Amino acid sequence: MYNPTVMDHFENPRNVGEIPDADGIGEVGNLSCGDILKVYVKVVDGKLEDVKYQTFGCGAAVASGSMLTELAKGKTVEEAMKITNNDVAEALNGLPPQKRHCSNLAADALHKALEDWRSKQK
Amino acid sequence: MRKIYMDYSATTPLHPEVIALMTDVMKNVFGNPSSLHSFGREAKKYLDEARQKVADLIGAKFEEIYFTGGGTEADNIAVFGTAYAHRKKGKHIITSAVEHHAVLDSCAKLAKSGFEVTFLPVDQYGMVDPEQVKKEIRSDTILISIMHANNETGTIQPIEEISKIAKEHDVFFHTDCVQSVGKIPVNVDKLGADLITLSSHKIYGPKGVGALYKRKGVRVEPLFYGGGQERKIRSGTENTLGIIGFGKAAEIAVREFDIENTRVKGLRDRLIKGVLEKIPDVRLNGHPEKRLPNNAHFSFAYVEGESLLLSLDMKGIAVSSGSACSSSSLQPSHVLTASGLPQELVHGSVRFTLGRENTEEDVDYVLSVLPGIVERFRSFSPLVGRKTV
Repeated sequence: MYNPTVMDHFENPRNVGEIPDADGIGEVGNLSCGDILKVYVKVVDGKLEDVKYQTFGCGAAVASGSMLTELAKGKTVEEAMKITNNDVAEALNGLPPQKRHCSNLAADALHKALEDWRSKQK
Repeated sequence: MRKIYMDYSATTPLHPEVIALMTDVMKNVFGNPSSLHSFGREAKKYLDEARQKVADLIGAKFEEIYFTGGGTEADNIAVFGTAYAHRKKGKHIITSAVEHHAVLDSCAKLAKSGFEVTFLPVDQYGMVDPEQVKKEIRSDTILISIMHANNETGTIQPIEEISKIAKEHDVFFHTDCVQSVGKIPVNVDKLGADLITLSSHKIYGPKGVGALYKRKGVRVEPLFYGGGQERKIRSGTENTLGIIGFGKAAEIAVREFDIENTRVKGLRDRLIKGVLEKIPDVRLNGHPEKRLPNNAHFSFAYVEGESLLLSLDMKGIAVSSGSACSSSSLQPSHVLTASGLPQELVHGSVRFTLGRENTEEDVDYVLSVLPGIVERFRSFSPLVGRKTV
């Protein structure tokens, strides 16, 4: 069902866990669909110095969270805001069609985390 | 890598004796059982033998067994066939919220075409209350369909009580015994059903073949029309090879009933005990005692079922899950939802169903890898600490 890249990120998810002193936190998903994904960011000088995630979700959710952290780390906030769920799926060499909507929400969580960070800047 | 199959309620491998017989028949018997010549007569002889064996499996008469293309087809004939044959008498059907989709969706379809269907709720174990069945019966109720044992949780319904109520009110009673037959006693007179669904591939027989038991005198309308096979209930040239395999599987199920079910129940109990001891925040779903002897169904808090399934698969262990993500429909298990399980625990459910080829070593292997897998997912679950089982 899942390709080798997805399985690799599922088996060895990168950057899992929380950042205790995170600058921004974003959570998306709900229990009725079965996937929840939470992203933590550490922003230093406008750059994402650290990105971590936690998930309650299927294989696609675990893998997309992992890939997202890899795509986002080191990027500027502006660049990170441009990362889409589709970018994450493409970086994973694709997800099964039925997983594209419900489980591919890591970028949304990242954007929420960055909005959270922004709201604290004022 | 070690491979352990613990998904016997999904399907079973063919029993070696079934393979041997089917191989022989495949080579030597090809006639159409409806043909009058020697080739046809020989096929008919095998077909009759199989029919007798399936009848013996459930204490039925030879002529009360109608072979079908599987359990789903038998369920459809039972539900639609009864509804259509007795629509002049009434339009009301009673079933439960935890039925297999073959019954549930058939009833839902009838509800869209002029019939009225009551979907009974269940308790926390997925159990139907016979008193509630009684309360819902109306003067125009024509059919009650309640499964014998649930395919997900293994919960065994009080069928004898329900069939008694149906009889008292002169309502036809159908029960889907696809999961129960071969694992717990299924006897037509004890269960008191008018219609019973059976499937071959859950009892080490081939796929694509099942049977409908129809008590003598009960009228159903056929869904297929054609050559009038199976006494017009299921037209179409018989799946002779499959039916012969089914017959053999039925014979073995009778022969090995006691020894095999005692053995499997021992393994299942070892698995349940081990899981509950080794892993915190686990819930055993389904009824603690009134459940199929091969079924262990858990919800692991904070963890999603498809992820568990995939990780177990990587370790060579095959199970299934009621999580939405693991189903093609993306709907979480209707059985667990109807049993009132919180959504998180529905998504975190995993079913282990044991069978012939499992050993104590298999169970111990599962117990050695499962706690680590659950622990790993919990280590990065955002739900930890939010809710408890």
